Amino acid sequence: MVHWTAEEKQLISGLWGRLSVEECGAEALARLLIVYPWTQRFFGDFGNLSSPTAIIGNPKVRAHGRKVLTSFGEAIKNLDNLKGTYSQLSELHCDKLHVDPENFRLLGDILVIVLATHFTKDFTPACQATWQKLVGVVAHALARKYH
Amino acid sequence: MTLTQAEKAAVVTIWAKVANQADGIGAESLERLFLSYPQTKTYFPHFDLSKGSAQLRGHGSKVMNAIGEAVKHIDNIRGALAKLSELHAYILRVDPVNFKLLSHCILCSVAAHYPSDFTPEVHAAWDKFLSSVSSVLTEKYR
Repeated sequence: MVHWTAEEKQLISGLWGRLSVEECGAEALARLLIVYPWTQRFFGDFGNLSSPTAIIGNPKVRAHGRKVLTSFGEAIKNLDNLKGTYSQLSELHCDKLHVDPENFRLLGDILVIVLATHFTKDFTPACQATWQKLVGVVAHALARKYH
Repeated sequence: MTLTQAEKAAVVTIWAKVANQADGIGAESLERLFLSYPQTKTYFPHFDLSKGSAQLRGHGSKVMNAIGEAVKHIDNIRGALAKLSELHAYILRVDPVNFKLLSHCILCSVAAHYPSDFTPEVHAAWDKFLSSVSSVLTEKYR
């Protein structure tokens, strides 16, 4: 089980309370698809992904980004039981979606960068370190049921 | 992996701004690296890594200067960083995985300081550029 200090919990909830899940989720997924275009392989039915402008404006990208980040919010509410929280999602990503877990790490790092652009100087090195830990354990929990 | 003309332009444009605060951004990137990825400190047992240390600032400066050189010679990064490439291969021997970690931290610092400039397209161009730099620095490893 992962241990979180009081300071880490504060750095997580403090930032989470100030962000728009819809905006940040949409932006994180869009950046993933733009910066690492091979990740588009999972979204063949999303329509127009032919340019950064198309990706950013794509309503399916926005909706899915929001879904993904909403799920992240569940992790934050259940920091002491990430394994349980993500058990079914892990099975889904392996058995139905066939997503290489490396993509969870890529998206986690993209989310960190999105946070940096939104919170600028408040996104201190200490804050980043806590969020890197969080995205790391979420990625690990999502990969846990792979076989 | 080659950079398109648009990507090169994006790199050069942002660099013009970053260069003004290069030292600070370099030191901050290293601070982010050591806090997020403590294992990277193993390469600096001889350094005072506390926040604001002269060595941290000096080394951050060195790293950013090298990146500046790569930007200046963006059409021939291999030529511009040939000596550094040898240094990393034969003397420093930093494990290749760490270049990704430092690149990510540099992107975080730039994103935090220039949020409105760090659009998705600029982000993609810089990620690709730093990836090219990392490739050049590790290409003589074996």
